[in-house]
Amino acid sequence: MSREHMEYLKKLKRGRRLTAAVRILLLALLLGLWEASGRLGLADPFIVSSPSRVVSTALRLYESHDLFPHILTTFYETVVGFVSGTAIGVAAAVLLWFSPFLRRVLDPYLVVLNALPKIALGPILIVWVGAGPGAIIVMALLVSTVVTVMSVLSGFTEQGREREELMRTLGASRLQTFMKAVLPASVPTIMSALKISVGMSWVGVIVGEYLVSKRGLGYLIVYGGQVFKLDLVMASIVILCVLAAIMYYAVAAFEKRIDKRFGRE
Amino acid sequence: MGSDSVASLRGVKLVYHEPSRETLAVDGLDLEVKRGEFLSIVGPSGCGKTSVLSLITGLLTPSEGSVEVLGVSPAEARGRIGYMLQRDALLDWRTIERNVLLGLEVKRALTPESRSRALALLDKYGLGDFRRHYPAELSGGMRQKAALIRTLAAEPELLLLDEPFSALDYQTRILLEDEVRSIIKQGGYTAVLVTHDIAEAICMSDRVVVFSGRPARVKRSVGIDLAGTAFERRSRAGFGALFDLIWKELREE
Repeated sequence: MSREHMEYLKKLKRGRRLTAAVRILLLALLLGLWEASGRLGLADPFIVSSPSRVVSTALRLYESHDLFPHILTTFYETVVGFVSGTAIGVAAAVLLWFSPFLRRVLDPYLVVLNALPKIALGPILIVWVGAGPGAIIVMALLVSTVVTVMSVLSGFTEQGREREELMRTLGASRLQTFMKAVLPASVPTIMSALKISVGMSWVGVIVGEYLVSKRGLGYLIVYGGQVFKLDLVMASIVILCVLAAIMYYAVAAFEKRIDKRFGRE
Repeated sequence: MGSDSVASLRGVKLVYHEPSRETLAVDGLDLEVKRGEFLSIVGPSGCGKTSVLSLITGLLTPSEGSVEVLGVSPAEARGRIGYMLQRDALLDWRTIERNVLLGLEVKRALTPESRSRALALLDKYGLGDFRRHYPAELSGGMRQKAALIRTLAAEPELLLLDEPFSALDYQTRILLEDEVRSIIKQGGYTAVLVTHDIAEAICMSDRVVVFSGRPARVKRSVGIDLAGTAFERRSRAGFGALFDLIWKELREE
């Protein structure tokens, strides 16, 4: 290795370390400001809460054995909504790829469905599915399915075009074209659709919980707001942040594994 | 038709339909490709050169006239025709080896014998060391060569080349023309090359067919009687005269 290359690697490493350090510093700064604003009387901790109050609220919830049931409820609803929403979305996209006629017929419906705020369907879902976790899961499923169909389908048609032509010249059947060329070519699109879909599922679940639930983080947030316990609201949001990040990184890790299998490192 | 005719188009008329108009793309086209021949088609851009390839593969059917390929209809002959596209379209998640085997896989003709024959082609044409590499690791010229081997691996009886060098830089193009011609001549393949590059047509083929502007028909057929490889042909004495001849035919359009 040349001296210049060693310098280059060193510089690269220094850059990465600096980014990480500033990242942590920024978090510490924000948390410090938040804590200080309450303590120094710049803002009313009753309204804005503070990191220490968030921690003690979370601890109290934990001690009264309320914390994990709430977390698990929300987590369960999100996972089920996300997995089923994505599965249905991908399956629908596959079906639409195989039938251009169906695709043309359904196109305006999909556009409208995509433009419609699915949250508006909340009351209908509650009446049809019942006021409970069922309605919440269906909400998450709806929100994530539509984006999945749209983005996966456009991935199939765009990523696949040149390869479709190739497969045609090789005399491949439609199924062969899909399995050997279009689907593997669309793996990155599907993966990025999953990342969007996971976020969408959280939106669906939290909104669903706002509307109907008696348990879960969305419920805690609404309840906290109604009884003016901003500490509870903030604590729930912080936990939500952590959960959403965990799920996002789980999907990202899954993406990496899939990429490796398809030789895209 | 004689048994030495690989493809024959007789009195072919082709009309394209669009919502706003219909276009007469090809009219009164007669073309015969003989076994073992390397034929090039040149013509003004948009004259329907590629349409002729689509007629041969059966992707398009003529409005009038007949197309016969390998003694049968284009649809029946489809599996026996090899097609090389402008872009290599190698599947980037497959190694070169697995890309080359794609055609055989699709035809469900992947046997230990056909496999080793296909891999022998890679060795023979200098890509043997790149068997386990991914397409992204290869240069543009090597990728296009891999695409040619993918086409050859399916053991086609007729090769159709649709401007296969147009996406490459000049140097790569000259080198690859040379290689592709020798691969095709050595293998005894019958090939039809569509190109807009007169020099390329002269270098590579045994016969150049000049198409007229729309509606396309054969304006002139020029036999190329130059010795040597594609590269050597460029500096042969007769090259300039052939170039001028074809150029004049095209310019009149």
